[in-house]
Amino acid sequence: MNHQRRTVLKGVGSAAAVGVAVAAGLLKPTAAFAGDRSAFDAKGLDAAMKAIKATGAAESKDITVKAPDIAENGAVVPVEITSNIAGTESIAILAEKNASPMVGEFNLSNGAQGFISTRIKLANTSNVRAVVKAGSKMYTATKEVKVTIGGCGG
Amino acid sequence: MAEPMKIRATMAGDVADIKVLMNHIMETGTRKDAKTGQLVPAHHITNITATVGGKTVLDAEIGGAVSKNPYLGFKVKGAKAGDKVTVSWVDNKGDKNSADATVA
Repeated sequence: MNHQRRTVLKGVGSAAAVGVAVAAGLLKPTAAFAGDRSAFDAKGLDAAMKAIKATGAAESKDITVKAPDIAENGAVVPVEITSNIAGTESIAILAEKNASPMVGEFNLSNGAQGFISTRIKLANTSNVRAVVKAGSKMYTATKEVKVTIGGCGG
Repeated sequence: MAEPMKIRATMAGDVADIKVLMNHIMETGTRKDAKTGQLVPAHHITNITATVGGKTVLDAEIGGAVSKNPYLGFKVKGAKAGDKVTVSWVDNKGDKNSADATVA
């Protein structure tokens, strides 16, 4: 019973925190719901790269894409992107062979390092591509991951 | 959907290593239900915001290609032990969640 009460209180607390975040303009409601998500709907690598304005991004050795050589389960593929490019502003992750290659874009600010670690879904064997924005330039790097069981349920 | 979110923030030198584990189904909208053959509607997180000591350090937009129960790790330079870390997300149905932790 005590435990239940705690959960309820916790729920109220987090709802209030979101309210405060919205009030402070941290979570812009417009950006959150009506933001430009065209990159996520883009089919195929070229369209997705175009949507994030990364067409013609330069290959860079200063970006490391760490991912397994072989992923048994395509639904959960750990990926780590490290960018040693000075002034890295954002890191985007794309799974080249997914129907919609765009996985996510991470904007870094206020001391956040050029590093993102997450887990993604791969439909089949594919290059995982990182696109880094630094200054006004785009850089990119890839790593191939072989997938035994696809992760998009198709 | 106020399911708990786990945040761990530790200092390594002058860089805070922050790890977040969110609870979310992350349905892509392209998967078919095995029984009915109908497409399962998309339901996934779209935006994640993280602040350290009140300053936004990460503002992410993600799609359904991030794995179920998303894990996110990032590093913040200049953070101090005792700084408050807040992570919040919003999904495509307007559900949201937020959690706090303290840099240790």
